[in-house]
Amino acid sequence: MDGVQLLTITVLAVFVGFEVVSKVSSILHTPLMSGANAIHGIILVGAITVAGQATDGWVLAVALLAVVLATANLVGGFVVTDRMLEMFRGRKAAGPDAGKDGTR
Amino acid sequence: MLASPVLAPTWTALLYLVAAVCFILALKGLSSPKHARRGNLIGAFGAFVALVTVFLSSRLQNLPWIFGAMVVGAAIAAPVARRVKMTQMPQLVAMFNGVGGGAAGLVALLELPHAENAWLRVAIVFTLLVGAISFAGSGVTFAKLQELMTTRPVMFAGLPVLMGVVLVVAVGTAALVVATGSVGLAVVVLAVGLVAGVLLVLPVGGADVPIVISLLNAFTGLAVAASGLVLGNVLLVVAGTLVGASGTILTRLMAAAMGRSVSGIMFGAFKGGSTAG
Repeated sequence: MDGVQLLTITVLAVFVGFEVVSKVSSILHTPLMSGANAIHGIILVGAITVAGQATDGWVLAVALLAVVLATANLVGGFVVTDRMLEMFRGRKAAGPDAGKDGTR
Repeated sequence: MLASPVLAPTWTALLYLVAAVCFILALKGLSSPKHARRGNLIGAFGAFVALVTVFLSSRLQNLPWIFGAMVVGAAIAAPVARRVKMTQMPQLVAMFNGVGGGAAGLVALLELPHAENAWLRVAIVFTLLVGAISFAGSGVTFAKLQELMTTRPVMFAGLPVLMGVVLVVAVGTAALVVATGSVGLAVVVLAVGLVAGVLLVLPVGGADVPIVISLLNAFTGLAVAASGLVLGNVLLVVAGTLVGASGTILTRLMAAAMGRSVSGIMFGAFKGGSTAG
């Protein structure tokens, strides 16, 4: 893909990114940040690509370190976001440390 | 086994598109109380689609090692994320954000020998610097929230000068890497980025740290987008840009909700202690 096409996609993605979160209510600030954090864990795709092409020992070692870190970001990110949102269940305006009574 | 890739390039591109749409829907869902949890699951599904796609679309070597590394990463992160106390979630998010930035930096470092032109090397040094800043900055925010260090703003007399020097060194070495493609100098850029990340977050007071985490989150998004340019991977470009853009807006919204400005939080301590302790 040439540079201009990539630039087009990037600029459009900026506007989508601005738009989708512009109306978030303040109680969801932290879960939204955490969810966005999980999404950039998709750098794992890049880490896997680099590790899969490595022929040198040290390149493979560094790439595998990147795979470990990126997996932690991706998996941990989605799990911790889910845990945060679990707390909101059945009580829309729950405070940050009200989580004991898991009403369903 | 040297079988040709299972997926044709067109299918790869289409599946990456599915993943990108999932990420957009995830951010949209997370913005509304009703659909937030489902939004997060859609995001995880998108990531799963992307991972299956990368394994099917290219002929990868070292597969046992890669799977092993993924198991290690998941085995470390998932139990911690499941067991963490509600009050400690912000620092855990900071940690996950930091390691993501570190991963982006390492990917960029390894791609440097393959960069054919100066533009790719510009994207690489950008990823190196921003990824390292995010990694080190998140480490400091973690230490502050976990109370491993003082939560008060850390200021010392030479800090503005030191930051200026670090900035000049960063730009200088980055320019040299773009010109020469030297891997050794790229490691220096990474190291300078780490120092810059620490210096950037030290003067921020404990109460403002969540906003800084959000800002560093946007930084990591940008680093991932730049690494996508380097690898020619459209999904990384889209996902990284989405996070970079939405993270920037979110940072401003969070600051506004606390009645503060982002520049006041980052640089308030320099102007005489207007940052909240």
